[in-house]
Amino acid sequence: MSLLALAGVEVARDGKAILSLEGLDVRAGELLALLGPTGAGKSTLLRVLHLLERPAAGTVAWRGAPVPWPAPLDLRRRIAMAFQDPLLFSGSTLENVLYGLSLRGETGVAAREKATEALRLLHVDHLAERRARTLSGGEAQRTALARALVLRPELLLLDEPFAALDAPIRRHLLEELTQVVKAHGITCVYVTHEQGEAFSVADRIAVLRRGRLLQAGTPEEVLLRPASRAVARFMQTGNILSGVVTRRSEALSEVAVGACVLFSRTVLPEGTTVDACVRREEVLVEAPGDAAPAPGLNRFRGTVATVFDHGSTMQLKIDAGFSEGPLQALITRRVAHDLAPRPGLPVEATFSAASVHLIPREGRSDDDL
Amino acid sequence: MTAPLASLGALLPAPGELAGIILLSLFVSGVAIVVSMLVGVPAGIFLGLHRFPGRSFLVTLVNTGMGLPPVVVGLGVFLLLARSGPFGGLDLLYTPWAMVLAQVVIATPLVVGITLAAIQGLDERLHLQILSLGASRAQLYLKLVKEARLSLVAALAAGFGSIISEVGAVMMVGGNIKGQTRVMTTAIVLETRQGEFANAIVLGVILLALALGINWLFTAVQQRRRA
Repeated sequence: MSLLALAGVEVARDGKAILSLEGLDVRAGELLALLGPTGAGKSTLLRVLHLLERPAAGTVAWRGAPVPWPAPLDLRRRIAMAFQDPLLFSGSTLENVLYGLSLRGETGVAAREKATEALRLLHVDHLAERRARTLSGGEAQRTALARALVLRPELLLLDEPFAALDAPIRRHLLEELTQVVKAHGITCVYVTHEQGEAFSVADRIAVLRRGRLLQAGTPEEVLLRPASRAVARFMQTGNILSGVVTRRSEALSEVAVGACVLFSRTVLPEGTTVDACVRREEVLVEAPGDAAPAPGLNRFRGTVATVFDHGSTMQLKIDAGFSEGPLQALITRRVAHDLAPRPGLPVEATFSAASVHLIPREGRSDDDL
Repeated sequence: MTAPLASLGALLPAPGELAGIILLSLFVSGVAIVVSMLVGVPAGIFLGLHRFPGRSFLVTLVNTGMGLPPVVVGLGVFLLLARSGPFGGLDLLYTPWAMVLAQVVIATPLVVGITLAAIQGLDERLHLQILSLGASRAQLYLKLVKEARLSLVAALAAGFGSIISEVGAVMMVGGNIKGQTRVMTTAIVLETRQGEFANAIVLGVILLALALGINWLFTAVQQRRRA
């Protein structure tokens, strides 16, 4: 069931559209990650979702009912938000958490108990009497989250809440937040530009770019079946090859990519112009062998062009005869140890037909966005 | 020790008259600063938070008003309240209320300007954060005032300091009438004109002591909240 639904929403600044969404649903109980680069319109979208910004066009519906503008206060109070900067108020940690409750007329012992419980949930109850502005970054962010969670919102909006924190603290807080949100059944929209964060928390991911929603789906859908070349690029697919479907069978398409032929499990009509996406970690790299590939398996011989060491993995670029450039592969350290890759080394790159996702190009203009 | 004190006492106006002058000074400037704060703080918050056509012009007016010459204010209020002026029928000229009005005109731009600077000095996202926790528009304003209160105390101190020590405007619209509109500054001017420099000096010291005491109070409030 949709908690909040946007349809045909447009937001403009100085006559220029900065957000233009055909539709976006936030489903009750889900954790939706809004993923996109800086300037994608994520923060603007959050203000619309929080009913703080009236779109120039389109409708916003709460549980199926259109939201009137300005949005009624009691409706806004079902939503809470925390930002990248904790933006704590002057006063104590406890006073910060009590603030939202006091706005709702909740004061006294009961409110203090609620606030203390929220602080305990985020493991900062021992800092209740400390001046909020003396807290460390991690403590301050926990307090900011407690300040939002104490309101028991039906919808929690988080705008890159951990972006300013060190990686270990960020991971830890992310885990804790996910647990708390799930345990309390709070619908959550989590804005981030970090793919890793989005995949570690989200039930669904919505990819935004230049104010447009490129795709919304499960993490697996977005990662393995990108809806456009732009999403594939943003998801660091690695290999996006332009081609044409030349033959199709019941379960397989043959795609001509320059002089090469790829097999894909995505079945499309013959003659369709496509982008063939192959994730770089799906490409198996071996020393050249004599065995012929199994039917439907993609295998290309080539030589290593470059090697880039990521630590636990290595990225290889392999000249395999594709006109669009070298094939990219991400191999584990163990494979790298056995293969000893270096520029000029002859190798064989193999990937299954299931690893090749085809995106029809007809009528798509996402790359121009 | 008692002889010098006794001679000092002889220099001063009669105790009742002196008390009246001090009380009237505090009353006029006190009422004026309260009115200025009631008008200036919301106006400063509004200018600080909203963007609208003509805002720049208003901000320029406020900035100009912060340096408004008191005698010009006095002249303006005089012309407004004079019998032939648009508000002459109110019969306020040469009353403490005319002095209050002049001081409000002097202090309000200062309060607006300092409040505006204080609000703009707050993190821009703070008001979004406050709204996101469920604040109504009025609750937002109250919270912003609370967050900017150190600067608002400065606005209070600056506004009060500018009017308690002001002489040109209150002289023009109050007339320095003994027992009715004579305040500390106009009394000092009178004593100086009459060649009673000792009296003027004593009144000046009392005025300074008053200003010091009031500012000490403001500073104490400001620094206690900071602590």
